[in-house]
Amino acid sequence: MAQVSSIANEQTSTPVSSSKSVMLRISRYNPEHDDSSKFMEFNVPYEKWTTVLEAILEVKKHFDHSVAVRYSCRQATCGSCGMMINGKPRLACFTKISELDSDVVTVEPMNNFPIIRDLAVKFERLFDTHQKIKPYLIRDDTELETDEREFLQSPKELEQYIQFANCIKCGLCNSACPTMATDSSFVGPQALAQAYRYVADSRDKGKDSRLKIIDESHGIWRCHFAGSCSQVCPKGVDPAMGIQFLRGYLLGFRS
Amino acid sequence: MTKDEHKAGIGGMANPTRYGIERVAYWLMRLTGLGLLAYFVAHIYETSNILRGQVGWDEFLALTQTTEGHIFLALVIAMCVFHTVNGVRVMLGHGGIGVGTPARPDYPYDPASQNYRHKIGIYSAILLAAIATMYGLAVMFGE
Repeated sequence: MAQVSSIANEQTSTPVSSSKSVMLRISRYNPEHDDSSKFMEFNVPYEKWTTVLEAILEVKKHFDHSVAVRYSCRQATCGSCGMMINGKPRLACFTKISELDSDVVTVEPMNNFPIIRDLAVKFERLFDTHQKIKPYLIRDDTELETDEREFLQSPKELEQYIQFANCIKCGLCNSACPTMATDSSFVGPQALAQAYRYVADSRDKGKDSRLKIIDESHGIWRCHFAGSCSQVCPKGVDPAMGIQFLRGYLLGFRS
Repeated sequence: MTKDEHKAGIGGMANPTRYGIERVAYWLMRLTGLGLLAYFVAHIYETSNILRGQVGWDEFLALTQTTEGHIFLALVIAMCVFHTVNGVRVMLGHGGIGVGTPARPDYPYDPASQNYRHKIGIYSAILLAAIATMYGLAVMFGE
């Protein structure tokens, strides 16, 4: 059972102009000595533009510095601060409290990732599966030896994959995926979308080798087109689209 | 799967409330698939009663002529129609048909793969299943 620890009556040390406040519930769990997670509650003032990450940092600054959270860029570019916010995977730096339309904001670590502590999760498997699909251009003549060996690409060819190149490896898609929820071996929407990113690149010649990697029992066939990955992607990558195109190659719908 | 993996589990997989109608369709597809599998097994058992002769067959068939039997068969009709219609939608999607075209995304990044064609397909599957079920109930209870 979750233990609730409220320090809502504590005062912040900095002057706050906002009259609005939100109850921030933070999941606390240290796998080294906790049996289960518990929630701690904090009253945090916020403005129209305050993000969930800023609220968490406010808690760290004024209430409890031991809250573990990973972040870096604060502008949805580094992909570090993914977490469950009110039950849905989102980037904390890209989610405004005012947009959640709730007096209570609950933050938990992302599902389907091992927890390091509190809100920070391990990304090793995400990076391993990403690496598995060979996320680089494959061709025999990749070394540029003369100025004439530039790999030209038309804007139309660029459009085929540029959307999928927006992936910041935040892991939200893997957290939302219903297959990832139960299948520990599934390669995941992030890696599959990146496989399509390179397959669709006109400069790449590694389509067959990548299709061979994902054409296995825990590969692309475990995707059932629920589309949750695309709905939570903060960069508009639309992994579900890429995965279906990729499967289209294997089923003979595309060549 | 270990506790360390922090998987959402069956509950997370089956929860249809957070990700729109597409996730509901995903959940219904799994549910109706399992239901039809159970019906298939039951149907084999039912038809195997022919080995008991005319009396045995009639006795078992009488079970389907009850109110409970009619409701059960109406559920089978609903599952069958939804699974078929949504299955066609999913199969087309799996081939990359009707899932949109790659393009530079614009904020707020509405995913093209979750477009109106697929939403129409899902709602059509639900609607057709409801109509077929009502028709089946009308036929069975109208006797």
